[in-house]
Amino acid sequence: MKTKVLRNLVIMTLGVASGIAFTGCTTVKVQPWERATLADPTMRPDRDPLATAMYEHVYFSRESASGGRGVGGSGCGCN
Amino acid sequence: MLLAGLLAGRAELQVGDAFPALGGAGLIGGDVPATTGKVVLVDFWASWCAPCKASFPSFTRLHQEYGASGLVIVAVSVDEKPAAYAAFVRKLNPPFTVLHDHQQKLVSTVKVPVMPTSYLLDRHGRVRFLHQGFHGKETEAELRRELATLLAEKE
Repeated sequence: MKTKVLRNLVIMTLGVASGIAFTGCTTVKVQPWERATLADPTMRPDRDPLATAMYEHVYFSRESASGGRGVGGSGCGCN
Repeated sequence: MLLAGLLAGRAELQVGDAFPALGGAGLIGGDVPATTGKVVLVDFWASWCAPCKASFPSFTRLHQEYGASGLVIVAVSVDEKPAAYAAFVRKLNPPFTVLHDHQQKLVSTVKVPVMPTSYLLDRHGRVRFLHQGFHGKETEAELRRELATLLAEKE
């Protein structure tokens, strides 16, 4: 009897925990009108051209390859 | 819960919906213009959004050309910083109505899909056309075609 109650309790706890986890994954979203901070130039990973050139140089020297960094990063997501 | 989350994200204002009353939206920065029986262009913008800035000269042209025919343009800022809003308006000095949704109340109701988004409302206050983003001359030409249709309609 005691084992059954404990098992039900564990199942309930897991159910509630997974419910909360799913909610956290689906509803937390930065809305288009809330992206002022993301649009700030300081959020750009390549905002310093000299630092970017140096990183590229080190990367090229180490990997014998350059580029391929994609277009990720910050921004307002406009248009 | 997963489904509820997905559905909550899709409650955007669509073509055919009635646009919320601008008068009761808590907008500041000026008087809400009379829109009864008018064709209204409601544009949501922000000072940090580059295409929004690019759209203002187009809206100025539309205001000058169609204002007398019954077009009312209301540009609603969603800026969180009042100083950024004020500096933007001071710099561009648009001839049409610019208001500030300082609590982001109206934009949260409308749920714009991207910045900027503009809604073209007919004389009955219904959303007839929706523009996501601003794509320069292409968007302006589309707006002109749509305005010709809406302004030709009787009240």
